[in-house]
Amino acid sequence: MIEVRNLTKHYGDKHAVNDISFTVEDGEILGFLGPNGAGKSTTMNMLTGYISSTSGQALINGVDILEDPIKAKSYIGYLPEIPPLYVDMTVKSYLQYIYDLKKCKLPRRAHLNEVMSLTKVNDVQDRLIKNLSKGYKQRVGVAQALIGNPPVLILDEPTVGLDPKQILEIRTLIKKLGKNHTVILSSHILSEIQAVCDRIIIINHGIIAAHDTAENLSRNVSTDHRIVARIEGPRDEIIKAVRNIDGIKYCRADMEREPGIYEYEMEAVPGKDIRRDLFRVACEHNWPLLAVRSAEMTLEDLFLKITMGEGIVIENADDKAEQKGEKA
Amino acid sequence: MGAIFRREIGAYFTSSIAYIFLAVSWIFTGMFFYYTCLVTATTDMSGMFQTLFLIFVFLIPLLTMRLFSEEKKQKTEQGLLTAPVSLGEIVFGKYFAALALYTIALLMPFVYALILSKFGVVEWGMVFANFLALFLMGAAFIAVGGLVSALTENQIAAAVMAFVAFMMLYLVDTITGVMKDGTLKNIVQELSFMRKYYAITYGVFNVSTIVFYLSFAVVFNYLTIRVFERRRWS
Repeated sequence: MIEVRNLTKHYGDKHAVNDISFTVEDGEILGFLGPNGAGKSTTMNMLTGYISSTSGQALINGVDILEDPIKAKSYIGYLPEIPPLYVDMTVKSYLQYIYDLKKCKLPRRAHLNEVMSLTKVNDVQDRLIKNLSKGYKQRVGVAQALIGNPPVLILDEPTVGLDPKQILEIRTLIKKLGKNHTVILSSHILSEIQAVCDRIIIINHGIIAAHDTAENLSRNVSTDHRIVARIEGPRDEIIKAVRNIDGIKYCRADMEREPGIYEYEMEAVPGKDIRRDLFRVACEHNWPLLAVRSAEMTLEDLFLKITMGEGIVIENADDKAEQKGEKA
Repeated sequence: MGAIFRREIGAYFTSSIAYIFLAVSWIFTGMFFYYTCLVTATTDMSGMFQTLFLIFVFLIPLLTMRLFSEEKKQKTEQGLLTAPVSLGEIVFGKYFAALALYTIALLMPFVYALILSKFGVVEWGMVFANFLALFLMGAAFIAVGGLVSALTENQIAAAVMAFVAFMMLYLVDTITGVMKDGTLKNIVQELSFMRKYYAITYGVFNVSTIVFYLSFAVVFNYLTIRVFERRRWS
């Protein structure tokens, strides 16, 4: 269990982390989201005793990290942003070193083998870490955090540099570990946080911007009044016609999906369903309606909305649409 | 502490620093053994030992330069500082690893003394006294070098700074030579490594001398611990 009370870190005048409080129960996975420089790593570094807090308290299994650091640290498996790997050691000897460093009491060979097979690094165990790919290095980093089977796992971007298959494996592993460990993980990949975490904290400028379960956070944003439609026809006329629909807030063209055919994103006032009106408008002008779907507010949108503020989101809406298009 | 000590020893050998350090120190030991004992056909090894002091002033920075700076540069420091070990274990684990390698280098004169003993009478007391003097001197120097290494993440900078610090300690007598008599001169003179070093090699075993070297080592290791503590709190 992790309890954080009013944790604050100042660097001179800069407030890296400001008055953060939260609790993570046993068997719970907490996701930490935030743009670069938001204070995610700083918070994790304070939790693990790498840096001290200016004020406030962090309790790991009831032990204050500053009062009894060695005991508190023995409860934690930590994967920092940059895995602390000694690159001129082999994977096996490195993990043996970590085992000794953590003064681990578990049966040595069996435990090391278990961790190596969990993180799927056993086939490279005799290779020098410096010759491994980024994905393997990252997994060795996860492995060293798991050594000693600590009850609390703090993972700073555990899936960076992994390919999609490996990401899935690590994600499954974290979910599995989450059943009997307390896990905090940070990530830039929102779908990952969504898939793995029970609760999410969005942190921005050193303060908690949102703190809720994943479902609640996405539910907060009602989705029925925002739709995306693919309509064949002259772009400007379509936009004009859609904007004339009663109750519409905005409509704009997204990217060109097929030659000459655009997708249009539109939003009506909350509670108003415009799909039928849209169909009618399309029929009137004889514009084939190729696809209609509700534009669900993803966690990504929510994240941007929270971290950037509403006004900025609208200003950047076009850029965002382009990025989405590239992904699709 | 054991884990850190073992890893550090391993790192010395994988980074080939151990080989370079041992080879160079044994080359010079052999060279001076040849010039001062074999050529002149004497079993008096004091000439060889005297030159070794200076050789190690040059070589010890090689041992200490990467102790902490490399951890900082490779970001492995974070793993070390978040592991359930105290700062004292980290600092002394590394310190003893460097000291162990240094001690191995110091064993070569005993091999030569053994060879000489086949042909003449070796003054073993003198050999041991010189060994002890070199050992204590190195124990103090390595602690200084460790502190310097903790202050930077650049190995070269750490080596140069350590070398400068050792030269200053080596040259204390030169400095006091031009100082006016008085309290200041007495204080600085007390810091002289050479005086105490030669006192031991002449067979003058003074507890205060041994305490001086050992406390020098402890103080500088303590300062290294403070550097890490301070960095955490900054």
